[in-house]
Amino acid sequence: MAIYNLKVNGQTKQVDVDPATPVLWVLREHLNMPGTKYGCGVAMCGACTIHLNGNAVRSCQLPVAAVTNKEITTIEGLSANGDHPVQKAWLELDVAQCGYCQTGQIMSAAALLKSKPNPTDADIDAAMTGNICRCGTYLRIKDAIKVAAKQK
Amino acid sequence: MSTNNSLNRRKFIKVSALTGGGMLLSFNLLTGCKPSVSEAAELPKEWFQFNGYLKIGDNGLITLMSPNPEIGQNVKTSMPMMVAEELDVNWKKVIVEQAPLNTDLYKPMQLAGGSNSISASWQTMRTAGATAREMLKQAAANEWKVPVSEIETIDGKLIHKASGKSADYGEFASAASKLTVPEKVALKKPKDFKIIGTSRKNVDGQKIATGKPLFGLDYKEEGMLIAMIVHPPAFGLQLKESDVSAIKSMPGIADAFFIDVYPDSKNKQWCDVAAFTKLLAVVGKSTWQVMQAKKTFKPETEPIKASSEKVNVFGTVTEVITPAGFENTTTHKQQMASISPKQVKTVRKDGDPEAAFKKASVIIERSYSCPFLAHNAMEPMNFFANVKDGQATLVGPVQTPSFMEKSVSDRLGIPLDKVEVKMTRMGGGFGRRLYGHFLVEAALISQKMKAPVKLIYTREDDMTNGVYRPAYYATYRAALDENKNLIAFHVKAGGIPENALMANRYPAGAVENYLAEEWAIPTNISVGAFRAPGSNFIAGAEQSFLDEVAEAMGKDPIEMRLELFEKAKSNPVGKNNDYNADRYAGVLKLVKEKSEWSKTQPGISRGVAAYFCHDSYVAHVFDISIKNNKPVIEKVTTAVDCGIVVNPDAATNLSEGAVTDAVGHAMFSGMTFTNGVPDQSNFDKYRMIRNSEAPKKIETHFVKNEIDPTGMGEPSGPPAIGALANALYKATGKRYYVQPFMIENQPIHS
Repeated sequence: MAIYNLKVNGQTKQVDVDPATPVLWVLREHLNMPGTKYGCGVAMCGACTIHLNGNAVRSCQLPVAAVTNKEITTIEGLSANGDHPVQKAWLELDVAQCGYCQTGQIMSAAALLKSKPNPTDADIDAAMTGNICRCGTYLRIKDAIKVAAKQK
Repeated sequence: MSTNNSLNRRKFIKVSALTGGGMLLSFNLLTGCKPSVSEAAELPKEWFQFNGYLKIGDNGLITLMSPNPEIGQNVKTSMPMMVAEELDVNWKKVIVEQAPLNTDLYKPMQLAGGSNSISASWQTMRTAGATAREMLKQAAANEWKVPVSEIETIDGKLIHKASGKSADYGEFASAASKLTVPEKVALKKPKDFKIIGTSRKNVDGQKIATGKPLFGLDYKEEGMLIAMIVHPPAFGLQLKESDVSAIKSMPGIADAFFIDVYPDSKNKQWCDVAAFTKLLAVVGKSTWQVMQAKKTFKPETEPIKASSEKVNVFGTVTEVITPAGFENTTTHKQQMASISPKQVKTVRKDGDPEAAFKKASVIIERSYSCPFLAHNAMEPMNFFANVKDGQATLVGPVQTPSFMEKSVSDRLGIPLDKVEVKMTRMGGGFGRRLYGHFLVEAALISQKMKAPVKLIYTREDDMTNGVYRPAYYATYRAALDENKNLIAFHVKAGGIPENALMANRYPAGAVENYLAEEWAIPTNISVGAFRAPGSNFIAGAEQSFLDEVAEAMGKDPIEMRLELFEKAKSNPVGKNNDYNADRYAGVLKLVKEKSEWSKTQPGISRGVAAYFCHDSYVAHVFDISIKNNKPVIEKVTTAVDCGIVVNPDAATNLSEGAVTDAVGHAMFSGMTFTNGVPDQSNFDKYRMIRNSEAPKKIETHFVKNEIDPTGMGEPSGPPAIGALANALYKATGKRYYVQPFMIENQPIHS
């Protein structure tokens, strides 16, 4: 076990965990932030997507020891009132079905729009292909990203 | 609809929890049920309970209970809409809560399965709303001293035009809730609907988009331990109890012990299917620590013995045979392709198919197959259990809460009235969460630990400890006479361990000489329902075959199908045809019109299919192109007849999703086995459809009618596979008989 000071959503949080513990479980269990989801544990489904220094990363394979001094943003900190353009677009298009993968989808989409405010279809395909949705809401996800791009 | 006065203790607890007093707080511990802050700001001082489905606050705010488990089919929005419609309220003043499990109160069944939620509750939920509205009207009539027939309702208001009196529901909620419940109420005519038939957004949409704890995996209680299981590495093996002291000494581990989930198979229900019944439970403080500890355990195993057990499937006891041995997908394929006539049973026969095939000018014979599939709901199986002082509380995602409550009661020997299951939102299910062995497992672990426990499956556990979609196979034969008329049709459907035959479905009833046969090969790989069971294979096979038959007949595939429906309608063959030929033809005609079927586009290949299941009719036209040796689904045009559409945008979303889901599985997915070991255990090897592979556009059209609603969560998937296969044929000149259609890295050519 070791003590880590993490910068999560603009706040410093202290945790005492095994250095190998993935950020996913630190967030969910130690910091009580369950918005980041467990889907596969091998960075193949995207449910656990967070932003690390502004980039979308899979938190299930990211050891806590690797993220000190880096800015972590989770779905809980993406916007103050749930009104990030991507979140608004998700609601406008009523994207979710079961909803489980959607926080990961939203985090991937928000990171994409940050680097490419007007993404092409190919940009969206490339950025979102790591996020699985078993309900099959891909079409609405794509449309919502385009709506969010226009809102900016 | 009224709550019975002679309530036993169990009922009392559950009903009083509904009445909005202190007990309600305990349900609000389920964070998913908490009203959002803006809602809470205007919460009433007092709630008045009318029935299990609704209560009205003194300020006119309405709480509607959503009885069924929410699995992504959007019932938490659509079902309360039916109550709100008849209650005549402003949807903006409605708060929706997940109802507790109460089989006495919520009829016919609190279950997510069979695309049944809306259709099964269509009368009861509207009646619940209409009953309360009548009571409100009566209360106002009493106070205003006017005839109740002169009182109208609109948007949560009571109005008496003649006297100019009006009041919000909130003002009369108290008085109305104390009135006798009317025995008969009139329901609205569809033409008067104001909420049903309008699109209402997911009531949990904001919480989903902001990551609020809604799911079973998010549920927490003070002092809760984390548990995981270890199961044998292969089907055909069972765990042998062995020394677990090493695992117990690992960091953060509280205990490790073996559990027998279903040791006695006498009382097994249909939903008590489990891959492995003896498991090692590893319990500790945090998920990561338990995950690490369980990885170190090398289980001792022994081969299973062949067995048979009796299972109660809705009152009918059937025998399930489990053979011993280690199974292989390659062997399965050989077995399915070489079925002997002795194994085949006739299910339906019309006319004289043997004679017709004998005199045929042309016989077309084709075989289709698909692999086992893992459900892969994005939220892995999990459940919370707290068993203490002879009581069991379970919280989590399950499609069959009322059934599993019984299983937990039976297994733990705790009376049913001391077992409580609370439903959380489910991160998908697709049939997997019908089989709730994980509730029993969680309860056994909690009982042993004397502590609240959350059982979590890793993705690997979830995928390799499955209740899979069976592997299916079907051989079709069609006989054409010298004028290319279809004179006989033969389907022989089988699978491991069950077949997907729908003997009374189209084209049964449309062909003079018809033969439907079935066979099955037993397996020790656990199987169960998977979104649109049976149909998820047979629709694609049948619709691909009909495409080939139409081609051999020299007919347009839509015209050929319509001619068959005409025959089924005007002069049906045989009995028990389970579809309505008019509605079936209706969706084909609609999709033909909306897709502009007669037009051709350069670079676009088209395929069509139609299917009937869950009492709904769906037809698709797929437009595909080939780019970089890969098929691109440019557009899907869908026509659906599911009767009255309660929440059109949500229904459209479901239909789009079902298409994408079905196409993904048909193209990419499969669960294979080598010596009983699943070859796929996570998404690195198990191929799921990805965003870039989904259809680029889906246009969904609903047939407008006033028929009572039918299924919506499943029917759009099955025909998508046929339409895809038929479009692929047009694009490549090759027919697709074996799923998954796209084998990795194998380019296709146009």
